[in-house]
Amino acid sequence: MRYEELLRESARRHGERAAIVHEEGRTTYAEFDAAADRFAAALVHHAGFENGDRCVLFLDNRFETAAGIFGTLRAGGIFSVINPTTKADKLAYVLNNCEATVLVTQASLLETARVAALQAPSVRRIVVVGGSAGDSGTLDYAGFLSAAPARLQNHSPGIDIDLAMLVYTSGSTGQPKGVMMTHQNMVHAATSITTYLRNSEDDIVLSVLPLAFDYGLYQLLMCVKMGSTLLLGKSFVFPQKILPMLAAERVSGFPLVPTMAALIVQLKNFDPTWAASVRYLTNTAAALPPAHIAKLQEMFPQARVYSMYGMTESKRCTYLPPEQLAHRPTSVGIAIPGTEVWVADDAGQRLGPNVVGELVVRGGHVMQGYWRNDEATARVLKQGRYPWERVLHTGDLFRMDDEGYFYFVGRKDDILKSRGEKVSPKEIENVLYALPGIREAAIVGMPDPILGMSLKAILVLAEGAQLSPRDVMAHCAAHLEDFMVPRTVEFRDALPKTNTGKIRRAALQAEAEGRAFEAEDS
Amino acid sequence: MESIEARVRTFVRENFPVSSADVPADKSLLESGIIDSIGVLTLVTWIEQEFEIVVADEDVVPENLDSIERIVRFIERKSNSASEGK
Repeated sequence: MRYEELLRESARRHGERAAIVHEEGRTTYAEFDAAADRFAAALVHHAGFENGDRCVLFLDNRFETAAGIFGTLRAGGIFSVINPTTKADKLAYVLNNCEATVLVTQASLLETARVAALQAPSVRRIVVVGGSAGDSGTLDYAGFLSAAPARLQNHSPGIDIDLAMLVYTSGSTGQPKGVMMTHQNMVHAATSITTYLRNSEDDIVLSVLPLAFDYGLYQLLMCVKMGSTLLLGKSFVFPQKILPMLAAERVSGFPLVPTMAALIVQLKNFDPTWAASVRYLTNTAAALPPAHIAKLQEMFPQARVYSMYGMTESKRCTYLPPEQLAHRPTSVGIAIPGTEVWVADDAGQRLGPNVVGELVVRGGHVMQGYWRNDEATARVLKQGRYPWERVLHTGDLFRMDDEGYFYFVGRKDDILKSRGEKVSPKEIENVLYALPGIREAAIVGMPDPILGMSLKAILVLAEGAQLSPRDVMAHCAAHLEDFMVPRTVEFRDALPKTNTGKIRRAALQAEAEGRAFEAEDS
Repeated sequence: MESIEARVRTFVRENFPVSSADVPADKSLLESGIIDSIGVLTLVTWIEQEFEIVVADEDVVPENLDSIERIVRFIERKSNSASEGK
């Protein structure tokens, strides 16, 4: 089944139910379905959109993003939601990488969108939510919709093995990679996750996770599949504004990342009525400290707490059944329903319990590869059991206990996790080297109780150069998403290097974590 | 002594690199991308130390903290009620 058919089905089943509750009001399934139809028709009408074309949604968490996602699918296209804190250079990279036909943005992001689109010749139209019509290529969202037919006639969007979305993720080389997911992939993942979360059409889910982040995106996708209600918040900057909504809207599901959990457990004025309707809490992106798990269970006594692990390349890999949480609080559990995971050695052979190796994932949720990047794809997707099957080598080191539960051990590459987001040190270092006066740069993660890892830049300045930490952070803030901007900057006279002159980032990382580092020259 | 607004501006400029020196006093720090959830914690800790006032959980709302102007008014209000209580 194609994913947009699930919206049609939910609208048919209960069109009057609230699908999305957002800042501007409540949108029912019937209204959502009609908005997606109109968006699809507008793509074809204004941009000559064809099956397989890409539509990039550079928007924050709002109803129009949801309408754009389902509208693009209904037009037979492929959508990609891009984090609103993305800067022009990277947005331009993404637009060129996927050769986007249409870019949808909002008034507050228009300047960045324009600068990026100027460097991306494939973009035929920029559509601006809350904007006014500008030059010939730019359309205001309301006008974009109203000048188009209500729905496409005699149009076949394709079948379920078609590509549906690209999710851009940080790579260790520093360039983002577009994870390719088909409709089948998405239906498989959503079915598996809603099964173990025991979701039903009566659920009300509150999500403040960005729709550009697959964890946030799937809250929308899963609610549409179940016909349940999604409360879509923009951020968790002010928990005092979000948490009372749990009670006011009788929320049953509340997805978290560790940074949110850290903010919640330190509240002194937490009102138990906020937690009364919450049936489940989920956590992913990085492990929760056991102390936070215990405190969350105390604060949300009715809630089942799910520790989960995943990566964009297969959406979700494992979950810990909540009843196991007390016995193995540091485990991320077992393979999600309908999939398999195992720990493998370097040759790809399965390892037994209590041996550390790479986690390998098998199932219908595994991506098709990285968009136009066969080399990177070949590094992670490898031959599976059958000639047509490919399995995902996650690059994450795991071990399994005697009862078959899995534990995250570390990354094989340099990737860091900060605020639950994957951070490529290389990507930040590339930006740092563009700042005149910086001779050497290394990014490390400092353990941090709230962020997981707090990013620190260790720099060597060129002779005579004068830069303050603020200059460095301001430069980074102008070129990187917020979560990639270093929180601290340290200047040194020299950085440790290998015999071949490569900076020993791993040694600096070990130092940051207070670990001993065994030098091996490579 | 420097005005509260000048001290707040200096703090915001030094700690949130996205900000420019002349961010309008009534501009939302959140919407303009200057502050995030960790930034709010940093700001609250600074206000408590710098002005010797206690910021309760329920004070951490945009009405009190989401622009230079609001932060200044919040500090003034809190400082007044703290000194009245002495």
